[in-house]
Amino acid sequence: MEARLPSMLKDAAMTALVAAALGIFIVGFRTYDVGKGLTFDFQFVELGIAVVTIFFGRLGLQLASVGLKWPAFLLGTVLGAIGAAPLRLPSTFLHWFIVLAGVLIVLRTIWPWANETMASVRQSPRGAAYGRYFAKWFGAGLLALAILMPFAPFADQKTMDLAVLILTYVMLGWGLNIVVGLAGLLDLGYVAFYAVGAYSYALLSTQYGLGFWSVLPLAGMMAAAFGLMLGFPVLRLRGDYLAIVTMGFGEIIRLVLLNWVDLSNGPAGIGSIPGPTLFGAVFAETAPAGKQTFAEMTGIPFSSNQRLIYLYYIILMLALVTNFFTQRVRRLPVGRAWEALREDETACKALGINPTNTKLTAFAVGAMFAGFAGSFFAAKQRFISPESFTFIESAIILAIVVLGGMGSQIGVVLAAVLLIGLPEWFRDLGAYRMVVFGLAMVLIMVFRPRGLIAHREPSVRLHPVRAGP
Amino acid sequence: MAYFSQQLINAVTLGAIYGLIAIGYTMVYGIIGMINFAHGEVFMIGAFISLIGFLICAALGISSVPVSIVLVLLMAMAFTAVYGWTIERTAYRPLRGSFKLAPLISAIGVSILLQNYVQLAQGARPKPGGQIVQGGFTLFSADGFDVRVTWLQIIIWVVTVALMAGFSWLIAATPLGRQQRACEQDMKMAALLGVNVDRTISLTFVMGAALAAVAGMMFLMYYGVVDFFIGFLAGLKAFTAAVLGGIGSLPGAMLGGLLIGLIEVFWAGYFSSEYKDVAAFAILVLVLIFRPSGLLGRPEIEKV
Repeated sequence: MEARLPSMLKDAAMTALVAAALGIFIVGFRTYDVGKGLTFDFQFVELGIAVVTIFFGRLGLQLASVGLKWPAFLLGTVLGAIGAAPLRLPSTFLHWFIVLAGVLIVLRTIWPWANETMASVRQSPRGAAYGRYFAKWFGAGLLALAILMPFAPFADQKTMDLAVLILTYVMLGWGLNIVVGLAGLLDLGYVAFYAVGAYSYALLSTQYGLGFWSVLPLAGMMAAAFGLMLGFPVLRLRGDYLAIVTMGFGEIIRLVLLNWVDLSNGPAGIGSIPGPTLFGAVFAETAPAGKQTFAEMTGIPFSSNQRLIYLYYIILMLALVTNFFTQRVRRLPVGRAWEALREDETACKALGINPTNTKLTAFAVGAMFAGFAGSFFAAKQRFISPESFTFIESAIILAIVVLGGMGSQIGVVLAAVLLIGLPEWFRDLGAYRMVVFGLAMVLIMVFRPRGLIAHREPSVRLHPVRAGP
Repeated sequence: MAYFSQQLINAVTLGAIYGLIAIGYTMVYGIIGMINFAHGEVFMIGAFISLIGFLICAALGISSVPVSIVLVLLMAMAFTAVYGWTIERTAYRPLRGSFKLAPLISAIGVSILLQNYVQLAQGARPKPGGQIVQGGFTLFSADGFDVRVTWLQIIIWVVTVALMAGFSWLIAATPLGRQQRACEQDMKMAALLGVNVDRTISLTFVMGAALAAVAGMMFLMYYGVVDFFIGFLAGLKAFTAAVLGGIGSLPGAMLGGLLIGLIEVFWAGYFSSEYKDVAAFAILVLVLIFRPSGLLGRPEIEKV
């Protein structure tokens, strides 16, 4: 063990050196505007603290990886304590950074032990039975919670707003899951179809006075048509070309919306979009001419929450439709063809599946659900502009799908709650949100490429599994 | 005619910058067959390091323009190369042999991470870089319109041509270039014959990042302003250039860069500047439909 220590120290020092080289310009010198020029000040103290933290962090990970549990655990705890201690560090970010390093080391130390325990529990007959039970009822429990949620005592306006937001991303995640998870096509421009749906509803309702429910299918069809239009030429290409082309397409849609002022009103966006109605009743205090309000129709006294609850149920229903569709279509020939194509395209060709057409259906179906979600978004926000449809949105939706475990439906829900809910609750972390996003995508790919919910029941089994002993 | 010549001069300059970035895409694709999505961000980092380098030079009192340009160029290349190396080492190498979308998703993660890291460290506002090289001369005048070539444009051309020549020599005639070509053809066989594959791939990323740093510095000097988001569009266009020229081919990347520069500048000059980015993407889609192997690339043979 002693012989390894110098090499570990050397490795940690090299890591720290690389980190210093990475940070010296971008972090070490902070530029800011003064009048007509630019000047900078030094942030070497911050950089130094970060580099030292990285040195000890790397050392701790090394210790943990050779099995020196207790020194690594101690180091992790000490780092965590230093970060949490009320020292006067130059920035709060450094506190977070040091705590994070400590937590990482501790996690790395207990990881093998936790993994072993989990595995042995899972393999024991009782553990396996509990696991099956849990898997069976977890989804149902979540669904019941979602349905009852608006009547829970904690459901104030803020919580409901957040719930609607999360459900929107759950639906988008499920829609993209068809494309990425089932068919294995990396779509980086998913937000383009979302935008098509949103603008379809916004334009048709403000220009032609159509209602939400009649536009909803139209918006889906529009988005699907765009999906076909884009997919037809590019789906014959290799997967990574497809990724870039879809990303380019997402940008094109945004640029067109930004510049074609006659159609989309440009950067100013479209406002006063009507909200969805319930059998013709509007959710407002006073109805426009010829319509009645929800309060008049049902006799329930008006409250501003009703609109939000109604929106909540609409998006819940849309999301569930997406989920149900996915579950069912996976049992149909076309759904099986999607999954087969993801696994081996050449074999599929040999078996007579037309890859282009099959991919095209997945692409169009995914686009359709984005269109639904988009038109819901426009009805909810009542104002849309190209600002809402940037590449970052596509990346967030993709991150949800990837984090959830590609192809896993419940994983998408968990990931959406994690990625959308947490940053909303911890507002002050907002600035670091995207950094964490990026880091999470890399770390998941490196350590857990199948996502949070790694296990997925195969759609078809060659030999049916027998019930457990 | 004069207007045309002026646009041509501008287009070639822009094309040189795109070409330098495109080389990074094309080399990485050639050797490990992945699109290094984060390459545009590496270019952006290079531009920022150059910006800070020029500020430091000014603060140190180096008033000679050529000296500060050379210093900053070397510094930017060296430190951006560290980024290239680190990205490969941490985000791509562990994924070799993983499922096929994994490196691409990881690369998107790196791209988001780098963008926001720079935004956090340096702020979101565009940074004016100042005019480091000024002046130029009038080439000729016609129709009451002066066609001007700036010294900066000449510097960009000279540096690009010199780097291209040096680089082609490196690939064609040095042991490193030989190893790289060997890895491109058959990584496993090269490893069996004693080529250090990991080291060769690392060096490929290092070289690509260094060239992107040069492009970043040119971009800074040419436009005079950088922000954390420039890597996105520039990266997309450079990727388009690499595909247009035939991905995997070095001369193709340069040719593609020039063509994209021409298309963009002439589209903006004669049609509408709002849609110049749309034009570049449209070209990408058209190339992929009609000639997926690009102008100078070899068609890909799929092996099972």
